[in-house]
Amino acid sequence: MAEVLQSISNSIDPYILQIFVNIGIAIILALGLNLITGVTGQLDLGHAAYMSVGAFTAAIITINLNLPFSINLLIAGTIAALVGLAIGFPILRLTGDYFAIATLGFAEILKVVFLNLDITNRALGLSVPPANTTIPMPFYVWMITILVIVGVTFIQNSRFGRALKAIREDEIAAETMGINSTRYKNQAFAIGCFLAGIGGGLYAHFIAYINPSDFAFMKSIDILNMVVLGGLGSIPGAIVGASVLTVAPEFLRFMSEYRMLVYGALLVFLMVFRPNGLLGGVDFRKMVLRIFFGKKEKKPNVTIKAR
Amino acid sequence: MSLLKLDNVTIRFGGLIAVDKVNLTVEQGEILSLIGPNGAGKSTIFNLITGIYSPTEGNIYFEDRSIGSKKPYHLAAAGIARTFQTIHLFNNLTVLDNVLIGAHTRGKWNVTGALLKFTPWVRGEERELTEWAYDCLERVNLADKADELAMNLSYGAQRRLEIARGLAVRPKLLLLDEPAAGMNPQEKATLLKMVKAIRDSGVTIFLVEHDMKFVMSISERISVLDYGVKIAEGPPEAIRSNPKVIEAYLGKGAVNSA
Repeated sequence: MAEVLQSISNSIDPYILQIFVNIGIAIILALGLNLITGVTGQLDLGHAAYMSVGAFTAAIITINLNLPFSINLLIAGTIAALVGLAIGFPILRLTGDYFAIATLGFAEILKVVFLNLDITNRALGLSVPPANTTIPMPFYVWMITILVIVGVTFIQNSRFGRALKAIREDEIAAETMGINSTRYKNQAFAIGCFLAGIGGGLYAHFIAYINPSDFAFMKSIDILNMVVLGGLGSIPGAIVGASVLTVAPEFLRFMSEYRMLVYGALLVFLMVFRPNGLLGGVDFRKMVLRIFFGKKEKKPNVTIKAR
Repeated sequence: MSLLKLDNVTIRFGGLIAVDKVNLTVEQGEILSLIGPNGAGKSTIFNLITGIYSPTEGNIYFEDRSIGSKKPYHLAAAGIARTFQTIHLFNNLTVLDNVLIGAHTRGKWNVTGALLKFTPWVRGEERELTEWAYDCLERVNLADKADELAMNLSYGAQRRLEIARGLAVRPKLLLLDEPAAGMNPQEKATLLKMVKAIRDSGVTIFLVEHDMKFVMSISERISVLDYGVKIAEGPPEAIRSNPKVIEAYLGKGAVNSA
């Protein structure tokens, strides 16, 4: 099985494969941030910091213990979630802009901490040995990406997800309906950080070299761009946003130094013409049904009890 | 035993005494109204009861348990639901989702439940909650609008949705903060019937309202608040002719000419 996958991944152009893997990792990161910012409505400007926690944890585990990759990733995600909780617990009491600034501050602190720890090799960064798994990286990344997509879809369409959306829409009303908003915000934040940690672990082993400066403010903004561009709170949106923004700089490579200029203009145009994001406010399921099956929206099938 | 009891409740915001030593009881199964001029402290009392504020002095008892220092989400679980004076709906969610969030305390599955979405336990709970939500929507005539976004409803429908969301909590006590505000006479008449039907189903109603005709025709008892102090309490007829109440609303001198 592993050999077959290996031969498939060897037969694909490595450049294409690399873009493909980057998309998968970007989707995981974007979906994590989408849960915090899009669904729960807490603007997080430091998501890359939790990614760095996961990346360094996974790298250090592979270097020192060489645990199986799946266990390694789970630990990396959990540590990122715990760091997220430790930071989120005090600052999730802040609202709006104040919360955003606080996440920004803690992200910078984490970066400086990693730049000064011996175990992360300070500013030199870490070279990461290959992951302890027989499955080739591209397949591994996409396997996890699909798991994450399914997981967050379940989360958003559950009682838990509804509570998160209620907090985004109106926190006071949500509390009066019996939702402990502090607890739910912390849980959402922890799950988002867990996904960031997993994304970071995959990133570290795919790129094979990590440096604290890779996870600076601009990386956080990149992830936020994906979520906003796709449409806050929309899972298909986050997937499309992550894909477009990962592919766009590559397609624009032929313009060499004007590349980022066009990239920036692209963002401005999208925000002017689709201020809610590409798929913001779109019911994706209904859209797919309409396009592919020509079906009209279906009424929920619930029997109403006679009164 | 009274359902809700405010015992010498005072709240100060800096130098301002918004509610001053108010004693008030709500009896099981009644419709009690709280009236008073603007700024009298009516909504503040609602915010105290639902835990958004805590009293500076005094205490509040719900079913003989002290709730003065409880958080809003504890009180929903205990059986107190409310609507807001300015509409506080979850605008970008569907009508059904709004009511399902109201039913939050009736479910128990959290993150694990989300990941076990297709197991019979979680699906069973979800079906139960949805049926209950439709039940609540039926009671305010909104079941046919279940799939619409809350923000797209008409003003009167939004007010009714707030009531449905409150009902979904399955409250023992329902607080309505100016439910008739901005409604036309026809909508008010429907609302009147609706509120009475809700009371007849066993929910105690405590409401704040400015529309005197509405208050007089719905209430069994009325409490009057002025500058944070309770100045009168009694059945509608007695309140109507109470000189203190007339003075609070119309000023001194109006009593003699009335």
